[in-house]
Amino acid sequence: MTRSMVVMVALAAGMFAIAPWLINGAPSEATMGLVYKIYFFHMPSAWMFLVAATTAGVASFRLLFLKRPRADHWVIAAAELAVLFGAFTLVTGPLWARKSWGVWWVWDARLTSSLMLFMIFVAYSLLRRYGGPGSDKLGAGLALFGMANVPFIYVSVNYWRTFHPPTSVVPKLPVEMGIPLWFCVTAFTLLFVILLRVRAHLEHQRERVEALYLAEDEA
Amino acid sequence: MRLLRILFVLAALAAVPAAAFSQPKQPPADFVPVADSEQGEQIPAMPLIGTAYGLIWVGVFGYVWSVARRLRKVEAEIAALEAKRR
Repeated sequence: MTRSMVVMVALAAGMFAIAPWLINGAPSEATMGLVYKIYFFHMPSAWMFLVAATTAGVASFRLLFLKRPRADHWVIAAAELAVLFGAFTLVTGPLWARKSWGVWWVWDARLTSSLMLFMIFVAYSLLRRYGGPGSDKLGAGLALFGMANVPFIYVSVNYWRTFHPPTSVVPKLPVEMGIPLWFCVTAFTLLFVILLRVRAHLEHQRERVEALYLAEDEA
Repeated sequence: MRLLRILFVLAALAAVPAAAFSQPKQPPADFVPVADSEQGEQIPAMPLIGTAYGLIWVGVFGYVWSVARRLRKVEAEIAALEAKRR
């Protein structure tokens, strides 16, 4: 483990240990009451979901158009994290909605497009697992398509107004709600970077195993 | 015929999530007297918050465990292959 990684792990662990106190200290919201506190983990999860999809798209671009084969490792890592953070977003959102909106789910533009993005990266993971040779390039195309959805998901909530809060909620948050939120966003960003690096390292090591098997066959 | 049966079962399975995530109820067209409404129904927030935070932590620890297990396996394979080469 590199020194920067040790620092990041220690920092993230410390921040996640402090986060419950900050979240507990935040005031209840006037109309939603206590349940809005799901927001402090839901929103950072959703952002990391979009960041993971964008990372996978950028790495796919490098793989397909700049012919960087090692970029594939980052696509695999980011796609897996898009599935993980996407699952967090799609599970915590309905738990919040159940009390705030009275239903688990509505088929509005934001929720439906988020579900689509999640399914794109589940499809990517299945393709990489069972697709065989050539699935790296096919998968990169799929990840690029996934990244193209990200800006649409972000603005969808402003163009098609439904129950889901618009993006303007975040900059207008009162300080006592904003501090725990940005603290959690920072902790989740650290967690994302740590997991991305570890997962990409796994792919680097797998490449090394393949090289060793090839060297063994040639010997 | 068998293919049709399989397609029918798949279509039925695909309808399950749509049925589970039902759309919100339409607001009533008329005013409803308080005595007839579901006034006593209150959804407690704490179980929902606890489930949301709990699931995230289970997910994070499960994922870290899964990556660590895969990494250990690959590194053991590298060590075995390198030992074989020497």
